[in-house]
Amino acid sequence: MFLLRTILLLPRLIAQTVFLALGQIWANKIRSLLTTLGIIIGVSSIIAVVAAMKGLENSILNEFETFGARKVYISGDRPRELRNKINWRDVQLTFDEIDAIEEHCPSITKVTPLIMGGYPAQFADTKLDGVRVTGIHGEWHEIEGRSVLLGRPFNDIDERERRDVCLVNDKAIDELGLDRDPTGQTVLINQNRFTIVGLVETVELSEMFGGGETNAEVFIPISTAMRLNPNAWVSYAMGQLAHPDLSEDAIAEITAVLRKVRGLEGDYPNTFEVGVVQQFIDGFKRVAGAITAGAGGIVGISLLVGGVGIMNIMLVSVSERTREIGLRKSVGARPSVILTQFLVEAVTLCLVGGAVGLVVGEGLVLLMKAVPDSPLEDASTPLWVVVLSVGFSGATGVIFGMFPAIKAARLDPIEALRHE
Amino acid sequence: MTIKIRQLEKIYKIGVERVHALRGLDLDIAKNEFVAIMGASGSGKSTLMNILGCLDKPTRGSYVLNGKPTHKMGQAALAQVRNEEIGFIFQSFELLPRTSALKNVMLPLIYSRKNWLSAQRLARRALERVGLGDRMRHRSSQLSGGQRQRVAVARALVSEPSILLADEPTGNLDTTTTEEIIDLFKQLHSEGQTIVMVTHEEDVADAAERIVRLTDGKIVSDHPTREDPVHVGFLHSAARAAVAAVDPTPSPKPATALSEE
Ligand SMILES: Nc1ncnc2c1ncn2[C@@H]1O[C@H](COP(=O)(O)OP(=O)(O)O)[C@@H](O)[C@H]1O
Ligand SMILES: [Mg+2]
Repeated sequence: MFLLRTILLLPRLIAQTVFLALGQIWANKIRSLLTTLGIIIGVSSIIAVVAAMKGLENSILNEFETFGARKVYISGDRPRELRNKINWRDVQLTFDEIDAIEEHCPSITKVTPLIMGGYPAQFADTKLDGVRVTGIHGEWHEIEGRSVLLGRPFNDIDERERRDVCLVNDKAIDELGLDRDPTGQTVLINQNRFTIVGLVETVELSEMFGGGETNAEVFIPISTAMRLNPNAWVSYAMGQLAHPDLSEDAIAEITAVLRKVRGLEGDYPNTFEVGVVQQFIDGFKRVAGAITAGAGGIVGISLLVGGVGIMNIMLVSVSERTREIGLRKSVGARPSVILTQFLVEAVTLCLVGGAVGLVVGEGLVLLMKAVPDSPLEDASTPLWVVVLSVGFSGATGVIFGMFPAIKAARLDPIEALRHE
Repeated sequence: MTIKIRQLEKIYKIGVERVHALRGLDLDIAKNEFVAIMGASGSGKSTLMNILGCLDKPTRGSYVLNGKPTHKMGQAALAQVRNEEIGFIFQSFELLPRTSALKNVMLPLIYSRKNWLSAQRLARRALERVGLGDRMRHRSSQLSGGQRQRVAVARALVSEPSILLADEPTGNLDTTTTEEIIDLFKQLHSEGQTIVMVTHEEDVADAAERIVRLTDGKIVSDHPTREDPVHVGFLHSAARAAVAAVDPTPSPKPATALSEE
């Protein structure tokens, strides 16, 4: 019976109390602000930090996406302790090794060796020295994420026949004075006449990823590169992960294959190096997670401080309004109703603090985004932080408002009315 | 019987000390009675009123209100009784400051089943009944003492309680406003309201039909007002004083003497 009554009365009472509490907060603006400062700081800082991390993550992930998150780099490497005992030529990758990787590493879909060289290039009267000429497999385009915009990529015949065909980039067109569509034109590379079969896409990378000024580039089939310089060696090999989650597997597989092929046994160190871009992403995500968690800790502390502030102000409020509580009880407010009233008031105060915190936090986010060229341009507040902050603010109100509310509910009406 | 009290005792404990504020009271009050409770300070009047108002519970004995044994009830049930059956008027008005007369009067209805609109309507009607129809929007701080007590009366009446309890309602008022409030009580009584009022002023008690006198927590006399020996004595002396005031012969300058005081 009483329970039913309470349930029927509750929504209206809560609405009224929220209204009253908002009035109180407005009437004591400064006091309310100071009281809820902890909550405001907590909420605004978590909003700002999470949004900033999100922004940073987005821009970095975008960057990685452009760079190719699924890229795997494999190269020969002399272990530090054996640096003086091994000739560095002896540890460079061989074509056989690359074939072995392609065959025995299921987490790697495509592999291409790269042979880098610098040769003089000439078109008509334009001569350039030391143009970067890279020998590649046709699969390089997909791994590197740079497709052939005009013309065609290298095919099997080009490779088998070691044909003198090449691909160029925009910069090479500019510097050599080639046509916009250079396919079919010929250039002299190291005194060999090469036919241009296509134009390779140029990808803009930020400086962080070694981007910046692009150079003139010429690409030739890997077999042709070996013909051009029989003493050339594989600079490094590049592979592609079958799936972004497979970075650990890829490293393990490649390491196993290369150690086996190279006959490295026991604790003999690796004479090669494997790097997976995805690992950097994972690493970054871990750091971002740690920072967010750290911010969460700060928020926890500020909410605690905020909660103590709320408790204090609610205790003051209970003692200031003892007579009022006595009166309310004397006209029929049950203890549970008084409890609800003070609890709602504390929660309202906290939620208002949380709302102010949200606004301040969003303001900080806007400021971050306004900084020109900032990596935080993509900063955005995920919904979960908003929900979480509001939830925690409310919970703070309930937890720290409980003791004062119980105190108010337990007041004896006559004693309360006698209070000065 | 509206109020039925048997062997009512109240003992206050302050540390090891015990104050026997009420020592076995028997009292019946019927519907539509207007009872004045009188007694010296400390005789237990407020203690009795608080128990009648369900603000406090007796240590021993029973208090049945409209057939309900309130001495057996818990806090929540007592709160509901206070809300529905009792209108309590305090000496110090106890209005919410910075709150309009209307809102003050609506307060008990916040805790009842009434919806906001009908609560407002009832509060308006109660304010009109106490003659404050034109002061509804005034804040309690903008009202005079007499007006404040009227608001308090309206608040006590708003839930149409079966008993109206007033603990020295005129204690903080001057003579003129005291008369106003007493007239209001008389009017309410004539409309059928049951009233129990504590006072230590005989001329205030004169409005009641019955006077119950307490001494040291015991009822020492319970008579209709016209038969109460103390009150009758008071009326005689008051009449003599009035006659003396009208008749100029015993004192040459009564008016001046009064104003010089
Ligand atoms: N809360 C209390 N604690 C202890 N003693 C009290 C309390 N309230 C009243 N008393 C005592 O009970 C007696 C009656 O008090 P009260 O009912 O207030 O008298 P009255 O209203 O007639 O002046 C007095 O002796 C008073 O001191
Ligand atoms: Mg008293």
